[in-house]
Amino acid sequence: MLGLDLSFVNWDIISKFVLKGFLFSVQLTIVATIGGIFFGTLLALMRLSGRKLLMIPATFYVNGMRSIPLVMVILWVFLLMPFLIGRPIGAEWSATVTFIAFEAAYFSEIMRAGIQSIPRGQVHAGQAVGMTYSQNMRLIVLPQAFRNMLPVLLTQTIILFQDTSLVYAIGAYDLLKGFSTAGKIYGRPEEAYLLAAVVYFVICFGLSYMVKRLQMKIAIIR
Amino acid sequence: MTWDWQVFLNDDGGGRTYLAWMMHAWGWTLSVAVCAWVVAVVTGLLVGTVRTLPSSPWLVRAGNVWVELFRNIPILVQIFLWYFVLPKIFPPLQQVPGFVLVVLALGFFTSARLAEQVRAGVQALPRGQRYAAMAMGFTTFQSYRYVILPMAFRIILPPLTSESMNLLKNSSVAFAVSIPELTMFAMQAQEETSRGIEIYLAVTGLYAASAFVVNRVFAFIEKKVQIPGFIVAGGTGGAR
Repeated sequence: MLGLDLSFVNWDIISKFVLKGFLFSVQLTIVATIGGIFFGTLLALMRLSGRKLLMIPATFYVNGMRSIPLVMVILWVFLLMPFLIGRPIGAEWSATVTFIAFEAAYFSEIMRAGIQSIPRGQVHAGQAVGMTYSQNMRLIVLPQAFRNMLPVLLTQTIILFQDTSLVYAIGAYDLLKGFSTAGKIYGRPEEAYLLAAVVYFVICFGLSYMVKRLQMKIAIIR
Repeated sequence: MTWDWQVFLNDDGGGRTYLAWMMHAWGWTLSVAVCAWVVAVVTGLLVGTVRTLPSSPWLVRAGNVWVELFRNIPILVQIFLWYFVLPKIFPPLQQVPGFVLVVLALGFFTSARLAEQVRAGVQALPRGQRYAAMAMGFTTFQSYRYVILPMAFRIILPPLTSESMNLLKNSSVAFAVSIPELTMFAMQAQEETSRGIEIYLAVTGLYAASAFVVNRVFAFIEKKVQIPGFIVAGGTGGAR
């Protein structure tokens, strides 16, 4: 069919080459989402704190990260990590550090918008019942901000999942690498790339469909 | 550790300095980005507009398929599809230079994102605008040409700014198919000179500077085309 031959694909190849990469991509996505949201929220709080000492570095970090390509950040971390910790570091670990640091900048913008979307009256109400800043944030503002921004956070996670394929630059073994390795070994690189595209599409399309459903559900409750 | 910026004046083995090589690579990055931008804006506007047409459900569906298809596959995989898979399926494509294939890949990838913004921009217009055009006896084409699109264009300027900056950054992925652009230069020069930090700093600076210029240019356009009292300027798209 069309000069392509997909007959080489069988379960053996999938479990031998693809599964390992798939698991790494998923793991990287989950770890970077959790880490990114955690540090992103901290960055957002720093930027909204009203204290120059916290605002300026956070703003600098977020805008800096957002104005350079992810591939360059991946290369930077891979280059610098051995200097910083004094020994060589695997591509997979390097990628994990990179994605947490990089995504934190993007998640912080989402969390900042989320925090700003909470009416001021909520903050004042918290203050009126005698809550400290941290209680107010933890119990009143952040839960609502998080909930309002849930669809956007999940959409960013889908983009993050797509971006994990860029670890290609440092040769980490992810889903795409799994397919391309299998393709090389069996002499069918084109078919392998096509399959990779199909798998990414199915996952991302499925996830974004679910996010859309969730968005509708949340919209009704609110 | 000491700085060694002189590395940029060293010969790269081919009779030119690393500095000259880097500038050349910067030119490639900008060419890829600008060409892909043109592809993205033309197709993005077209597909986005088509998705808002009032009485052409099949065109709307085709537009939706376009957006979902190009939005849900990672850009790197799309570049591989254009570079390796499509030429295998359609042999005539083997004559097409890699630069063109990468431009198409980046352009269509970005067009899907733009189409989504265009659709949102058109739908954000008050219904009355469309009705007013109909009341004037405009055809569908005329109402889009003279009423809807000029307004929608202004609404989508901020997201267009950030998408343009994204496109510039995404052009770095072209290294994967050996387009001699900035990221490719960074990787190769780092290996040859072992002065990775200086090389990466310079390249990162060029990317950041280019992105900043894009941001300023769009902020300028936004200011120029602003309709007084109609749409409140929401600052400058990219760096919100």
